[in-house]
Amino acid sequence: MIPAVSIVDVVKHFGSLQALAGVSLDIEQGEFFGLLGPNGAGKTTLISSLAGLIRPDSGTISVMGHDVIGDFREARRLLGVVPQELVFDPFFNVRETLRIQSGYFGIRKNDDWIDEILEHLDLASKADVNMRRLSGGMKRRVLVAQALVHRPPVIVLDEPTAGVDVELRQGLWQFIRRLNGEGHTIILTTHYLEEAEALCNRIALMKQGRVIALDTTANLMAAHPGASLEQVFVRTMQQ
Amino acid sequence: MIGFLTLFEKEFLRFWKVSFQTVAAPVLTALLYLLIFGHVLDEHVQVHGVRYISFLVPGLVMMQVLQNAFANSSSSLIQAKITGSIVFVLLPPIPYSAFFAAYVLAAVVRGLLVGVGVLLATVWFAELKVVAPWWTLAFALFGGGLFAALGMIAGIWSEKFDQLAAFQNFLIMPLTMLSGVFYSIYTLPTFWQGLSHYNPVFYMIDGFRYGFFGVSDVAPETSLAVVVACFAAVSMLTLRLLKRGWKLRG
Repeated sequence: MIPAVSIVDVVKHFGSLQALAGVSLDIEQGEFFGLLGPNGAGKTTLISSLAGLIRPDSGTISVMGHDVIGDFREARRLLGVVPQELVFDPFFNVRETLRIQSGYFGIRKNDDWIDEILEHLDLASKADVNMRRLSGGMKRRVLVAQALVHRPPVIVLDEPTAGVDVELRQGLWQFIRRLNGEGHTIILTTHYLEEAEALCNRIALMKQGRVIALDTTANLMAAHPGASLEQVFVRTMQQ
Repeated sequence: MIGFLTLFEKEFLRFWKVSFQTVAAPVLTALLYLLIFGHVLDEHVQVHGVRYISFLVPGLVMMQVLQNAFANSSSSLIQAKITGSIVFVLLPPIPYSAFFAAYVLAAVVRGLLVGVGVLLATVWFAELKVVAPWWTLAFALFGGGLFAALGMIAGIWSEKFDQLAAFQNFLIMPLTMLSGVFYSIYTLPTFWQGLSHYNPVFYMIDGFRYGFFGVSDVAPETSLAVVVACFAAVSMLTLRLLKRGWKLRG
C-alpha cells in the first residue's frame, strides 16, 4: 500500500540555521501518528514542507504518492492542515468561512458536510457568528473544521489543543478518533504528551531537525518500563 | 475554476462588506477635489476648449479607479500575511494563475465601482458626454488591471504596513497626481512635459479622457499600446513571483 505520507531525506535551512537535517520517514494509511519534540525541533517546518508552505532545499515529500511540489494540486487536495497559529479572516462568519474554504478546494454546495462538521465540533449555534466574536477555543474549532471541509484522507493537526479547554479537547479528540476509525490518517504534533500517548499508535521524536526515535508508542514505552511518555521523551532528548 | 471563482467572490465580499470605507470614502474624496479645484479654477481655465470642471472629472474618475485597484489587492494581501490568514489560500490547490486572476479581477471591480460612483457624484457639476465609450472602458480595464497587479507585488513584498504605505505614498501617489489628472501636460514647462511621457499613468488618464471629449494630448492608440504593454509586463512579473512563491512560501 502507498504510504499516506512519504518523506525522503528532507533538508531545510533558514539562513545559517538548519531546521531540517535530512528527515526521512513514512506514515502509513490509517495511522494516528505523533510528531513530537521540543520547540525548534523542526516539527512545524516539516509540516509546512508537507503542506507546501515551505519549499525544502532538498529531498522529496509525497502525500498518497503525489509529490507536494511536482503534483501539488493532487497532494494538497488529499491533505487537511490545522495550523498552529490561531488565524482567521475577520470579514466572514463561520459558515461563510467554511463555504469559502470548500470552494478553494473546488467544492460547491457542501452544506450537508459543513453542517455535520459544525455539529461534531459543537459549532452549530455559532454558524452565523462573525469570526471576530468567537472565543479562542471556538476559533480553534473553526480551524479544525476548515481543514476537514474537503474530506481529506490525511489530516495534519499542528498543536490543535493549545489554549483549548478540557471539554473541547475531549470533544475534538472524540471526533478525530472517529475520523481515524473511518480510515483517515492523522498526523499530530502536540506538547501534551499524555494526549499523544493516549491517541497515537506510532511516534517520531524530533530534535534539532532530525528524527531521533521512531517506533510504535507501545515499543517506545516498553523500552522504558514503568515510565510515562513524558519521561520517555525527556530521557530520549537527554541521550 | 471553482477555486478561482471562490477566491474572486471572497475578495469581492471582503471590500463590499466594508463598502462605506472602500467605495463611498474615495467617492467623497474625489468630490472634494472637484469642489475645491473646480470652484477655484473653473472660471479661469479651459483645457482643449473644455471647461476646467468638465476636464477634471474624467481625470478624477481614472485616478480613483487606479488608486482603489491598487489599494484592494495590496491591502488584502498584506492583511492576510500579517494576520496569518494567507494560509487559507496557500494550502488549497489553487493554481498561481487563478490566484493572480482572482485578486486582479476583484481589484478592478472595486476600482470600477469607485469610478462609477465618482462619475455619478460629479456628473451634476459638469457637462459630460462620452463620445468614445469603448476607449474609456479599455483604459479603465487595463489601467485598473495594471494597478491591481502592482498592488499584488506591493502586498507580497511588504512585510509591514509602513512598507506598503511607503510604496503607496512615494510611488503610486506621485505617479497618479503628476499624470495630468489636474492639468494638460502642455501647460507644463518643456522639461516636465518630456518627463511626463515617462509616466505610464499619464497615458491612462489622457486616453481615458479621450473617451469623453474626443481630444487628447497623445493619440489614444499610442496611449493604449503603452498601457497594455505595461499591464502585460507587470502581470508577467507578478505571475513569475507567484510561481516562485516569492515571500509567500518560505
